[in-house]
Amino acid sequence: MIEAVGLTKRYGDKTAVYNLSFQVRPGAVTGFLGPNGSGKSTTMRMILGLDNPTAGHVTIGGHPYRKLPNAARHVGALLDAKAVHGGRAARNHLLSLAQLSGIPARRVDEVLGVVGLQDVAKRRSKGFSLGMGQRLGIAAALLGDPQVLLFDEPVNGLDPEGIHWVRNLMKALAAEGRTVFVSSHLMSEMALTADHLIVIGRGQLLADMSVTEFISANSADFARVRTPDSEPQLREKLTGALTEAGGHVLPEQDGALRVTGLPLPRISDIAHGSDVRLWELSPHQASLEEAYMRMTQGAVDYRSTADQKAGLQQPLPPGAQPPMPVPGQGQPGWYAPPPPQQGGQPFAAAQGAPGHAPAGPYGAPAAPGAPPANPYAAQQPPRPSGPAAPAPAPPAASPAPLPASAPVTNPTKPEDAR
Amino acid sequence: MATAQVVRSEWTKIRSVASTVWTLSLAVVVTIALGMLISALSKSEFDGMSERDQLAFDPTFISFAGTSLGQLAMIVFGVLVVGNEYSSGMIRTSLAAVPRRGSFLFSKIAVATALAFVVAMITSFATFFLGQAMLGDLKASIGDPGVLRAVIGGGLYMTLIAMFSMGVAAMLRSPMLSLGILMPFFFLISNILGNVPATEKVGRFLPDQAGSRIMQVVTPVDDDVPYGPWGGLGIMVLWVIVSLIGGYVVLKRRDA
Repeated sequence: MIEAVGLTKRYGDKTAVYNLSFQVRPGAVTGFLGPNGSGKSTTMRMILGLDNPTAGHVTIGGHPYRKLPNAARHVGALLDAKAVHGGRAARNHLLSLAQLSGIPARRVDEVLGVVGLQDVAKRRSKGFSLGMGQRLGIAAALLGDPQVLLFDEPVNGLDPEGIHWVRNLMKALAAEGRTVFVSSHLMSEMALTADHLIVIGRGQLLADMSVTEFISANSADFARVRTPDSEPQLREKLTGALTEAGGHVLPEQDGALRVTGLPLPRISDIAHGSDVRLWELSPHQASLEEAYMRMTQGAVDYRSTADQKAGLQQPLPPGAQPPMPVPGQGQPGWYAPPPPQQGGQPFAAAQGAPGHAPAGPYGAPAAPGAPPANPYAAQQPPRPSGPAAPAPAPPAASPAPLPASAPVTNPTKPEDAR
Repeated sequence: MATAQVVRSEWTKIRSVASTVWTLSLAVVVTIALGMLISALSKSEFDGMSERDQLAFDPTFISFAGTSLGQLAMIVFGVLVVGNEYSSGMIRTSLAAVPRRGSFLFSKIAVATALAFVVAMITSFATFFLGQAMLGDLKASIGDPGVLRAVIGGGLYMTLIAMFSMGVAAMLRSPMLSLGILMPFFFLISNILGNVPATEKVGRFLPDQAGSRIMQVVTPVDDDVPYGPWGGLGIMVLWVIVSLIGGYVVLKRRDA
């Protein structure tokens, strides 16, 4: 059991971790998620007593790490796979660590076998691939057969077989009643591995809940609406009407609309009211990855901007037209319910006022960290039927989607993207 | 018991990297070869020396001429033993396994010092006897007054230089930085400070200037150095203690 209370770490005036309190319980894999630079590794180092917290404290089994008797027999950690002397053979590296905690040399050969490095045991770790380095680091963590295990980004650089192996290893370790604390920046990986999630952003706790809770609390539902492809004006009309009714509408690449903020029956009513036929009206759930992105987007330190390539472009000859962008390409942020804003800053307005500010046809997203109350969540279970049902299904023979529809319904995009 | 484990682990670490063998054998070869060369040159030039120089001729000290270069290899050894933990990031793995940082650092230094001591003593005796062999009839005998002290002192000097470097590396936490400071310091700056009249009085208290006094058997004419052979070595020991305490404090206080 790892327990952090009010953990805070400052480097100069930069706060890496702020007032972090959480518990990591035995018998489960606890995922530690956060974007790059959110303080995951700093927290791990504080747990291991390598960094001293500026405030607060963290204990393992009730003791601060530095006070643990024979710590290596209780706690095993993989912090940085590259943190080995490249000139030392893998076996000697592990042997020196084993001797530190009085572990017999026999155990070294055992863990080498567990991680599958027995054939390269005598080779210098300098020549190891990233994946082999990770395996060596995992071997070091397993040496003392510890009850508490910490892994910082263990699947980095592993091949699919290796990722699968790590996943099963962690589940097996947790099933034996051990405390397993794994950091990652990949939500999808954690969704498969972890039982419990601790999400941090900018060093602060964003979520501490089980994976199932996280999914139900964070994966915003949305409705997919498709109007007849042959009549793009209907799409525009519906977009206007839905926005007016308080919904957020995001055009999808294939010409459908992604609607949030309105229950399905209401969308159908509005479509009916504005005399728009629907070809599709279906409920959807955003993926866990999207939920995680939405939760942390306000807390991302390093974010790329759209590459304008202005520094490479030659001045256009007078009278020449700039090339038109291809619809749907180079537009940032097709993934998350809070839709892109104008220009290359998809989330710039996310911190601003919710509601539909002058944010173009997409509407504006809710503030990050506080996902909007999901209108479907309450209203979905009683499935609508009869008059509120989706619009009558059209004949099956549907024309191929018109490639031109996206730029037509979305007049701001081509200009804004450049 | 816990310390014995750390010592054993440090021994595994030190014997399992190639740099240990390279730096130590370089120290042996350079010290002996240069000592023999300078001894041979001194013998052939002895007849051309002034009477004053002939009077101050110190065959023991001459045979230790190679230490000025050989000590640089010892410095590299000391720096790499400690500094590699930092440059490789191994320090975090090590400290996660040994949360008591004092016992980690001093076990490491103890193991490296023991190894350096053995190598330095062998080097010192070898360089003395081989150097004397080059000096022919000018040679000193190990039984002469002060000579055995000088030869043992030569080994102690090389050991202390390595220890001093370990302390500095623990303070600076980077092998490159440590070498960048220690190498020019011991190769150039200390010699300049010790030989320029204006700074001579300060320079002679620097670790290598004070420590190398132990290798002298014949005191130079009108010598005004305020300490004797063991006093000089004592000054060097003080420097070593300061650097080790500094390294310990840095390791204890700072984040790994």
